[in-house]
Amino acid sequence: MPTAVPARRRPLISARWAPYVFISPFFILFGAFGLFPLLFSVGLSFHQWDPVAGVAGMHWVGLDNFVYALTRDDWLRKALFNTVWIALVSGIPQHLVALPLAWFLHQGFGRWRNAVTGAYFLPFITSTVAISLVFSSLFSKDFGLVNAAFAALREVPVLGWLMPGHSIDWAQPGYTKWMISAVVFWRYVGWNTVLYLSAIQTIPQDLLEAAQIDGASPRQRFVHIVLPLLKPMMFFAVTLSIIGNLQLFEEPFILTGGTGGIDQAGKTAAMHMYAVAFMDGDFGTASAIAWLLFLMISGATWINKRLLGARA
Amino acid sequence: MDPRRLLLTLVACLAGAAVPALAARTELSVAAFPDLDRSAKIVIQAWAVSHPDVQVKLTTRAYDDHHTAMTTAIATGANLPDVMAVDMDYLGKFTQAGGLDDLEAAPYDAAVVAPRFAHFTLGPATGVGGRLRALPGDIGPGALFYRADLIARAGLTEADLTRDWDSYIAAGRKLKSATGTYLLASAIDLKDIVIRAGLADGQGLYFDAEGRPLVQEPRFVQAFTLARAARRAGIDARVTAWSSEWSEAFRRDRVATQMMGSWLAGHLKNWIAPTQAGQWRSAPLPGDAHASWGGSYWAIPARAEHKALAWEFIRALCLDRAQQLEAFRRLDAFPALLAAQDDDYLAQPIAYLGGQAARLQWRAASARIPALRVDRYDKVANDIVNAELDQVLEHDKPIPQALADARLAIERRARRY
Repeated sequence: MPTAVPARRRPLISARWAPYVFISPFFILFGAFGLFPLLFSVGLSFHQWDPVAGVAGMHWVGLDNFVYALTRDDWLRKALFNTVWIALVSGIPQHLVALPLAWFLHQGFGRWRNAVTGAYFLPFITSTVAISLVFSSLFSKDFGLVNAAFAALREVPVLGWLMPGHSIDWAQPGYTKWMISAVVFWRYVGWNTVLYLSAIQTIPQDLLEAAQIDGASPRQRFVHIVLPLLKPMMFFAVTLSIIGNLQLFEEPFILTGGTGGIDQAGKTAAMHMYAVAFMDGDFGTASAIAWLLFLMISGATWINKRLLGARA
Repeated sequence: MDPRRLLLTLVACLAGAAVPALAARTELSVAAFPDLDRSAKIVIQAWAVSHPDVQVKLTTRAYDDHHTAMTTAIATGANLPDVMAVDMDYLGKFTQAGGLDDLEAAPYDAAVVAPRFAHFTLGPATGVGGRLRALPGDIGPGALFYRADLIARAGLTEADLTRDWDSYIAAGRKLKSATGTYLLASAIDLKDIVIRAGLADGQGLYFDAEGRPLVQEPRFVQAFTLARAARRAGIDARVTAWSSEWSEAFRRDRVATQMMGSWLAGHLKNWIAPTQAGQWRSAPLPGDAHASWGGSYWAIPARAEHKALAWEFIRALCLDRAQQLEAFRRLDAFPALLAAQDDDYLAQPIAYLGGQAARLQWRAASARIPALRVDRYDKVANDIVNAELDQVLEHDKPIPQALADARLAIERRARRY
């Protein structure tokens, strides 16, 4: 008796289309959550739109949002100044400290290196909100530990002479940017240290050993061998700092209660953009500011490429 | 029968019975912020019995997050609630832009019930086309809260604080020299109340009816002058309201007074300074000023799904006397409904305020608050005026120049197309 041969099931997707189907989830997600918002934001920057009015409330204003942001928005200029100020004051020390620190960790900690590196890295992976809230308490004028520490150090001979004579009101405009910069520096110095440490570990050991045999001190090895070889990583790390610092939002937002502080001394460009969109209900101008900020970041990155990336 | 088949049959039968029951229940979505969500929960509890066919889904977000979420929900139509809470500070932005339903049109009857609310609450809720877009749930009649013990220690009386603004500043100097305590948290608080003093029904705080900025009016000059006088006298602690410094300053006897809505008494009692029971008092605002701080409203988005049911829910929140009183008892949410303001509860002494029957004082204040017209750019104008006041207080900028700059900045910012 002949046995029945089971009919061969047709594949759900033909072999021709299968690769496209399998790769499509990425393109669908990218299109929906990456490309569409990007293009929508470009279109929005040429419209006046209060979202509370719904999509019907959107109308074309041409370049007016850009003209307004560039010529008449005094707060944007102030926010940009604050952003650049904080970016420089918190960013430059990050790298100046992270470079020798990475070398020190590489040289001096042996098998404990990873644990110590982890400790420095911890602020980077901790919640920004938690960090900012803790620092808000630390920087309290009357009840904060920072002022308490200054008061204690005032009693120390010589060192006391360098300490401020009274409690610092960190909420005052003269101090707000310093406070924010300190938090940003503390948070990201570990991240940069890890970047530099990983780059140092790729430097051929024989180069360092040869220099050591030739009598080079650790400082000379660092300055003449390690630093030049770290240039590609410096370019990468500084690029990340430029992008991150010029988009700074969470730390100043929480430390200043979302307002930018007295005299808006701690208001960054990203905070201003958020306020224009969600407080003022002007998504068109906010989009224009976003694209101006993008151009600014691109320009700063290009300058960095010219300075550090030429031979990287 | 195969036990597995038996189990499957049983599950299918149960599912079959459950599906129609679930399908029959309508889901009403409500979006609110703390502590207003607790007020909604009182109604939800009652509705579980009276409306078994309705499931109320309450979503609570932090104050600012809630208003941001509502902005995007109205813009996109996604996750749009049927009932949404709106705080007074955001009311202009929502009612003037057209994203909320007209509550005077069918199936609503807001025009009929409007006279049942404190009259000043309706102006801010009136939006596009002069139509009501929200109903008030609770209000915050302004009061001057002060530490009776600290004031007495400085040889001062309540009258010294409330007689007029000059007397208030003079009292601050005396208090500072006698006890080292600041009279107020921030000089900006003075501006907030002085610019509201003397306004009549229908007037705007920052804009006139044609949308022109009013920030160069004498009331702004007086407000800035008083704030500068307080700063120069060194009687303000220079702390921002709701910061940790602010609450700590009260706890440590560093600040003796605070002008705010009546609901501050609840905050003081519950978490800011619970150990200072009996030491605080409430007084009318200085200079015969009358103002409202905050206040919560309920509205229906224009594209809400269950409008009739949403209206019924809002009626339960805002027009049910028992509900309003229960929210008053539990949350210190002063009722906007006039019928709820006649209850004996208002005459009861408040232990935290040294046995004072302060609710009667707040009711009297509520009756004299003018019904101001709101503008969608009020919040923008407020931020700009505060920034200019910072310039006056921090950099000694001349007041006329600051107000002229404020006007220019508002005109630029509030571009009206």
